Amino acid sequence: MIRVDRLSLAIHGTPILRDVSLSIPKGQIFGLVGESGSGKSMTALSLMQLLPAGAKATGHALLDDTDLLTRTEAQMCGLRGNDLGMIFQEPMTALNPVQTIGDQVAETLLIHGESSRAAARKIARDRLDRVGLQHVAMDRYPHELSGGQRQRVCIAAAVALSPRLLIADEPTTALDVTTQAQILDLLRDLVARDGMSLLLITHDLAVVANMADHVAVMQRGEIVEQGPTADVLRLQRHPYTRGLFAASAHQPDRVTTPRPDVLLSVENVIRTYPGPRTGFTRAAPIAAVDDVSFQLHKGESLGLVGESGCGKSTLTRAILGLDPIQSGAISAFGHPVTPQMPNTVRAGIQVVFQDPYGSFNPRWRVEKLVAEPFHLLPERPRDARDRVADALAAVGLSADDMHKYPHEFSGGQRQRIAIARALITHPRILVLDEAVSALDVSIRAQILDLLADLQNRLHLSYLFISHDLTVVRSITDRVLVMQAGKIVEQGETEQVFTAPAHPYTQSLLAAAPSLDTIMERSDATLV
Amino acid sequence: MNRVPTSFLIGAALSVVFVAAAALSFLWTPHDVTSLVIANRLQPAGGDFVLGTDQFGRDLLSMLMVGARTSIAVALVAVGIGITLGVPLGLAAAAARGSLLDEVIMRGNDLIFAFPSLVIAILITAVYGPSATNAIIAIGIFNIPVFARVARGGALSLWTLDYVLAARTAGKGRLRISAEHILPNIANLLIVQATIQFSLGVLAEAALSYVGLGAQPPLPSWGRMLSDAQTMIYSHPMLAILPGMAIVMMVLGLNLMGDGLRDMLDPRLRRRRQ
Repeated sequence: MIRVDRLSLAIHGTPILRDVSLSIPKGQIFGLVGESGSGKSMTALSLMQLLPAGAKATGHALLDDTDLLTRTEAQMCGLRGNDLGMIFQEPMTALNPVQTIGDQVAETLLIHGESSRAAARKIARDRLDRVGLQHVAMDRYPHELSGGQRQRVCIAAAVALSPRLLIADEPTTALDVTTQAQILDLLRDLVARDGMSLLLITHDLAVVANMADHVAVMQRGEIVEQGPTADVLRLQRHPYTRGLFAASAHQPDRVTTPRPDVLLSVENVIRTYPGPRTGFTRAAPIAAVDDVSFQLHKGESLGLVGESGCGKSTLTRAILGLDPIQSGAISAFGHPVTPQMPNTVRAGIQVVFQDPYGSFNPRWRVEKLVAEPFHLLPERPRDARDRVADALAAVGLSADDMHKYPHEFSGGQRQRIAIARALITHPRILVLDEAVSALDVSIRAQILDLLADLQNRLHLSYLFISHDLTVVRSITDRVLVMQAGKIVEQGETEQVFTAPAHPYTQSLLAAAPSLDTIMERSDATLV
Repeated sequence: MNRVPTSFLIGAALSVVFVAAAALSFLWTPHDVTSLVIANRLQPAGGDFVLGTDQFGRDLLSMLMVGARTSIAVALVAVGIGITLGVPLGLAAAAARGSLLDEVIMRGNDLIFAFPSLVIAILITAVYGPSATNAIIAIGIFNIPVFARVARGGALSLWTLDYVLAARTAGKGRLRISAEHILPNIANLLIVQATIQFSLGVLAEAALSYVGLGAQPPLPSWGRMLSDAQTMIYSHPMLAILPGMAIVMMVLGLNLMGDGLRDMLDPRLRRRRQ
């Protein structure tokens, strides 16, 4: 078992962790939850002794009788991979793109004393089989695998030598819900069979609720509450835990008054990409959006859900008039939407993107950033500065913020700036492309409130694109479910969520980890 | 707080010394570099001639000062040619990624890259005669594909970012986006590349002059000072060491400055240091 005792960490004198204590018995799953910057990953890196330069850790971290904090780098090299395994969030960057998956799993075995390459490869094959890759050849390269398969390879390498402690840092955050469910099942199964300890780090309460035996909640470098999962999540003794819970299940206050007027109409749209080159010719074109039709009404909030690669983003780009479509028609306010559409139409459809860091030119001040869509107007309004100030006020920022650069803001504030920029031309349709997916739950709740409030006041229509079913359920009136370029189901949000008709929708809903189930289950166990 | 990197300070100091010497040479040099006074030949350093004289009686310090002027002028104009032609080509190729225009521009670049610069310089001088101007043109042509590639590479990664998409939804065309969003954000790459190309230009000018294809007599140049010193290298090594050191110091200074500039211009690096 692993026992962490009053672990504190400072980097260049700045305290990062304070008195973190936890213990994970053999064969158990320990969940560490918290928002970004709370110190979850730093706790894991302290155990692995993979800390950045200038970091100083104090306290104890005992793996059975070995204090990891006092080991030298050479001793840690013997432990990492052998007794300590780690899985990271992004399986693409965690694997070496120019090495076959077999070699990467075998590498761990060779480093830790397996004598021959052939023997190592034989064991590697066995480990890949164990993580469910029986049908994947050893000589495949990472780019030939899907995200879920890549994460399985990472797991195979991490558990190749049956470590005593496996650390999984947001192992499913980059994956789709159905893949997430499979990876979580695999981890649970490995823990049960090998009797290792698993430290599961996540921001998602629903994931720990369904996985962990024990859970610790972290806030600003400290564990504010810990205990058996059912107790912690049900009793919610600490206000921060309560806050996290409330934010996760947050229901923004919406007054929905969709009117019959159709603002945006998408009819039989097909968008194809050229097929891959095969020698001198090209394979048949690939349809990323395949015969999609729907309508968006005034004041309505329409959800578009689907897993990565289903064509959501391609459809978004077509609706924004950024890319041409090969067949069908899109029209907004009665005008056709094409890359050549007039600026007056363009001003009516604006967008908020997912990444609050990549959404702004880092060299521009907020005033110039928010004012950029004024380019769509015939001439720059004379009261441009006042309108920027108004837009910033509308999203809960102050007018003085217009003199700052984007890097001076937090992720949530940047998303507010992105919304201000989208609103500056008074659009009637706002496309929200995974607009809250990169945010922490508490910030996400605030942004959802803001969006609901803006819709109530300005009668905006939202096209809300997301892979997160909970969020879509909380903010939309109607929902479209997209799979492989096609809309497989559409209808009133509540109806689709309570009685999904299409098997794909059913599987999405079944795979999504939910807080409700643990609450019911814990009711039963606590009695 | 040490906000300006030491490497930049050293590099900038070296560069300033050379630029100042070159600027001063327009107004004043210790001796006339065009008059050959055989009576003063091979004077040792010190006295009337601070660094001594060469086998034709010319003052070495004056020659180095005017030589700095030649080097800087040739390298500056050559880098200017590379930036003014190469950067727009690279931006256009990135903006029209995958199109015929992109292919034409980049394959044209490959074509220029396929010829060694010295061969082209010899070709140009064979047709138009050797001169500093032709050296500038030859070096400048080879800077075009370098800047085009750096600009295209930097621009391609920026074109995928959300703020470029946001600018497109704001109705901005590719030209405008290239000028407003792409160029300022690849400027640091270009500035660093420019200092590297500048130092390579100094080297190329010295090489061309050394083989007699660059600056022509009586205009002094570090490269020709080296070739003139060739026959005297055992008896009077300083004649070769001084222009050699000038070339090394100038190139080193520019490279250090480029390195330091990159650290200062990148806002992410700047934030990390604070």
